[in-house]
Amino acid sequence: MATTLTLLYDRIRWDEKELLKSARSKGIDVKEVDVKNVIFNLNESRTSEVYGEVVLQRCISHTRGTYASACLESKGLRVLNKASVSEVCGNKLWTTLMLIQAGVPTPKTAITFTPESALKAAEEIGYPVVLKPLVGSWGRMVVALRDKEEAEAVIELRSQLNGPLNQIFYVQEKVKRPPRDIRCIVIGERLVAAVYRVAAAGEWRTNVARGGTTEPCPISKELEEIALKAAEAVGGGVLGVDMMESPNGLLVHEVNSTVEFRGAQSASSVSIADAIIDYALELIRR
Amino acid sequence: MEAKCSECDAQINVPDDAVSGEIVTCPDCGLNYEVVKGEDGVSLKPAESMSEDWGE
Repeated sequence: MATTLTLLYDRIRWDEKELLKSARSKGIDVKEVDVKNVIFNLNESRTSEVYGEVVLQRCISHTRGTYASACLESKGLRVLNKASVSEVCGNKLWTTLMLIQAGVPTPKTAITFTPESALKAAEEIGYPVVLKPLVGSWGRMVVALRDKEEAEAVIELRSQLNGPLNQIFYVQEKVKRPPRDIRCIVIGERLVAAVYRVAAAGEWRTNVARGGTTEPCPISKELEEIALKAAEAVGGGVLGVDMMESPNGLLVHEVNSTVEFRGAQSASSVSIADAIIDYALELIRR
Repeated sequence: MEAKCSECDAQINVPDDAVSGEIVTCPDCGLNYEVVKGEDGVSLKPAESMSEDWGE
């Protein structure tokens, strides 16, 4: 009997197409399930749909993906990544706490609950600092603050935004680094690929969604050790660990749960989609 | 397959290998559509607009 796998999605991007291609080329019976059409009856012990042996959760919406994973796991299904991993990676505070707890080097960071304390934290860390939303993606609302004047203006604006999470201020040192960071693709206990993400001209953020480009990055022992430790710290699975090259060594600033790998693939000779599917197969066999 | 844009009436070309959930864009007005493949064949529905929690 063929191995069965479900791809849970809400939008099919290049990445999901590669995963579908890879799984089918390996003879896996893949079912595509659009999360937008799903109803989870929580009181029933089983789902009305048959999801197969592993569910690959690839929703573009972080919230949908996390909540759907929790529902599927409650029915005893194996989901990649686990809901708890998505939850941690989708929140910068949870991620940072996990990284620190595990002894993973990470930039100096403070959390405050009022704009006044956020300004004090920025002073204490020392300008320039970076203000990040606790929950957010593609580098949106990530702001570099060069001095007190800029910080006062931006923090005041942030405090005017609706939503309780906007009233929590995540202030981080702006690490002295080259105009690039390193994206590591960790799958299970293996660092599969590492690429530099080079910021676009006139942009300091390195996100590929912001025009950042990728280049191959050699895998050193230090890089591998830190990437694996960071992945384990958030609960493991298929992860994108982002690091910066600081004067004092590598620092992990983010771990992504539903990793977008188009940029990394363009600078890597290993098929990332194949590695993800192989890992799903390995989980089934375990 | 070809479809018509509900906004501007332009022809939208849906590649034969398109899969459900994939996005196609109207070449004239730029409106995004989601491909839906069902028992009745291929159709297009307006795509969701980007939400704050999208992406990594």
